[in-house]
Amino acid sequence: MDNSKVPQHNISTYANNKKAIYATDENGKYGIIASSGWDVEEAATKQALKELERLSSLAYDQALSGQASPLYFHMYDRRMDLQTLAQATGMFQWRIKRHFRPTAFDKLSAKMFARYADTLGISIQELRELPDRRANGA
Amino acid sequence: MVPDQSFQHAHSAHCESGVMSLMMHHYGLPLSEAMVFGLSGALMFAYLPFVKLGGMPLIAYRSRPRAIIKGLQKNLGIKMKMQTFSHPAEGSKTLDSLLEQGEIVGAQTSVFWLPYFPEEMRFHFNAHNLIIYKKEGDEYLISDPVFETPVRCETQALQKARFVKGVMAPKGLLYYPVHVPESINFAVVIPKAIRKNAKAMLKTPVPIAGIRGIRYLAKAIGKLEQKDRRYAKLFLGHIVRMQEEIGTGGAGFRFIYASFLQEAGKLLDNPLLSETSEMMTLVGDQWREFALMLAKAIRSKESQTTDFLALKTKLESVADAEAAVYRKLLEGNLV
Repeated sequence: MDNSKVPQHNISTYANNKKAIYATDENGKYGIIASSGWDVEEAATKQALKELERLSSLAYDQALSGQASPLYFHMYDRRMDLQTLAQATGMFQWRIKRHFRPTAFDKLSAKMFARYADTLGISIQELRELPDRRANGA
Repeated sequence: MVPDQSFQHAHSAHCESGVMSLMMHHYGLPLSEAMVFGLSGALMFAYLPFVKLGGMPLIAYRSRPRAIIKGLQKNLGIKMKMQTFSHPAEGSKTLDSLLEQGEIVGAQTSVFWLPYFPEEMRFHFNAHNLIIYKKEGDEYLISDPVFETPVRCETQALQKARFVKGVMAPKGLLYYPVHVPESINFAVVIPKAIRKNAKAMLKTPVPIAGIRGIRYLAKAIGKLEQKDRRYAKLFLGHIVRMQEEIGTGGAGFRFIYASFLQEAGKLLDNPLLSETSEMMTLVGDQWREFALMLAKAIRSKESQTTDFLALKTKLESVADAEAAVYRKLLEGNLV
């Protein structure tokens, strides 16, 4: 790719950072060009973020109506899925799935709450509640 | 080891090759990032539909994490000390004492838990690499090669990022060189690394890696027609992310490899290497055209149909063009 063709689209996902791209100068010599982003990449990143937002919003509604535990929402809110959460906690997926049920979740021991809270990087109190919808943007 | 100079940060395309290039510079062996990448033989392609990451199949444009560090050790005779820890506290203590000794230390971390990453780029990817070069109060001074300038990170945040569990868990991995050769016989190591990499791309025994892996992915794209539309679009977006979003230097490491071929050609005064560098640049351009087509497909409206066959055909032609580069490298005289 030619230096002049390195995209400089100032994409929002970079938050004013720049990425190093390899490109050639007028003599064909390779070097590193700092790029403010390509809108193609932005579209893909945003699509992935939007999908995570969609899932967390659905989970929020389910938790609000009592069909699911707050854990179900927090998992998606922290950009995880069942597989990621299971691997990060070192627990079986079926066990976590059980904790997606409000009745099972409420009965968890303090130790289990701490385990989830630590993995998700939130406090136990935050874990047991749903955040304000607007503050969260969900 | 005794460093050559005070530590210098440089902006790189990829984390692992960037870290190794910076480290080698620091200890008196100036190897560019492209040379590090090429000499480690890490260029690859793999499509593993049965390995899921965040609900999406694994698609990689380079070989597995740590392959650059390991490949460089093997091919250049560099010796690295690599250490993982079962207890986070122990891992932090070791890091601090190494820094006190004046060492610069490579570390593997998660991306999600690094607070200096842009919010929209924080995903659960556990094989990121960076260099920690100093501690000041409760903060580490970090040279993260994919950032333009050095960054800072609080002790606790770095500890969390180093000790996440899951796929490719870093287990607090720390690494630093214990032996760096004073000079490299490029006339020997360059042809060897290139030949091995070209063979790996052309002659994989499994249909999921190398050129066969690219064709396998093309086939999977052709079958997306029958899949759920939302999934199909996410799948296409996922390919773009692996190719462009992860620090690849553009076109899924194809440009960085072209840069390596060019530098190698100059070092050895070999016209074939310069020529294949230009071929690889064109291959990279084609990968980007492919990404552009994918982006159009994911941005399309509900009512519009996606021409999966056109995407499949395009990717197949990329595979053909890339295979031609490796064949030329294997047939020609590289010394």
